Amino acid sequence: MSVLQQRQPSARVQAAWQVLETVQDPEIPVISLCDLGVVREVRENGALLEVVLTPTYSGCPATEVIAHDVKTALQAARLGPIATVLQRAPAWTTDWISAKGKAALRDYGIAPPGPVPLEGAKPICITRRRQPPVPCPRCASTHTERIAPFGSTPCKALYRCLACHEPFEHFKPI
Amino acid sequence: MQSIRIGKEPQVQYLLRVADTCLILAQRITEWCGHAPILEEDIALSNMGLDLLGQARGVLTRAGQVDGRGHDEDQLAFLRGEGDFLNVTMAELPRGDFAFTCLRNAMLATLLKLLWQRLESSSDRELAAIAGKAIKEARYHQQHAADWVVRLGDGTEQSRQRMQAALAQLWPYTAELFDTDAVDDAAQASGLGPRWADLEAEWRQEMAQILAAADLAVPEGDIKFRSTGKRGVHSEHMGFILAEMQYLQRSYPGGAW
Repeated sequence: MSVLQQRQPSARVQAAWQVLETVQDPEIPVISLCDLGVVREVRENGALLEVVLTPTYSGCPATEVIAHDVKTALQAARLGPIATVLQRAPAWTTDWISAKGKAALRDYGIAPPGPVPLEGAKPICITRRRQPPVPCPRCASTHTERIAPFGSTPCKALYRCLACHEPFEHFKPI
Repeated sequence: MQSIRIGKEPQVQYLLRVADTCLILAQRITEWCGHAPILEEDIALSNMGLDLLGQARGVLTRAGQVDGRGHDEDQLAFLRGEGDFLNVTMAELPRGDFAFTCLRNAMLATLLKLLWQRLESSSDRELAAIAGKAIKEARYHQQHAADWVVRLGDGTEQSRQRMQAALAQLWPYTAELFDTDAVDDAAQASGLGPRWADLEAEWRQEMAQILAAADLAVPEGDIKFRSTGKRGVHSEHMGFILAEMQYLQRSYPGGAW
């Protein structure tokens, strides 16, 4: 069934999406959970409103906070009873971050992820890899270098700009 | 407090080998938190530990469901006795120096990457879903650990000496990774996952690539020593890591915060 043929979502589901647009990621509070791509579906199951969430990283400590925040926001909007459903597959990818979300990350000083490179396109060399250039979120120069492959949250790496000399974080494409 | 017991069904044992290897390695590498040689590596090791812990939680939950005795991830992590942990012995070895930690991470990340790749098509849909996420993380862990093996192996006289010592110490524990038994055969037959022996050729190829880039020679000759963690018979270090990891739940049963 194509998207166009699907039934119009109920008023409750539509209202829920509007509320979820305002629920921010707990660790990067400038991007909504919808723009981050972790809210996969909102559906009614009898009286229950189910929100399907896909975690970003296996061990991301924000996963449980996100489920809690979703419930709290929807209950406050009197759309309850609410249940959150953890859906692992398909695995979350940074390609699900919306254009609006990527712009919000950049404005916040985090270089947004580029497209996820296709795996299996060529043999993977474990030890000699070229990092694709990451533009500085402040001055847009691509004259940047990676300082460390891990950062303050599982989803980010540390970079510095060699043009404007500012350090910045990069949201890793996965 | 009495330990919980788990079933001897091969599916449960197979899942616990995967989950426990991730869990115990996570516990070991996060010991570096606050102690790593530089802040960036402190953060990197904690991040990798977090990924491994998340993977372990998912697979432990699944193992509990398949086992059917109603145990959740926390009970399986905190209330099993040593003989019911089925991680490879390599994961439980003390963290050693930074060279040892990096080389062990490279060896186990390579193993886990190859394993997750195949588990993506497991007949167990939940395991396949966990693998779909974990493979991306394991790939990154492998690259990071490999970078350090190269940097230290092909580095200063001292870093090279330490990496060589780590290699000599870890190599005998690699044989266990590919030992195969009825648990593996059952997993292969049911489509749950591959025999770990079937990962050996690729593992050797990738480790050879990393060691060559680090200007280190792959140790030669048959390994006579056999560690047996996958069968629940552990090194003398296992009891101590469990004592620390399980202390709170053993002392304050059901404690939560």
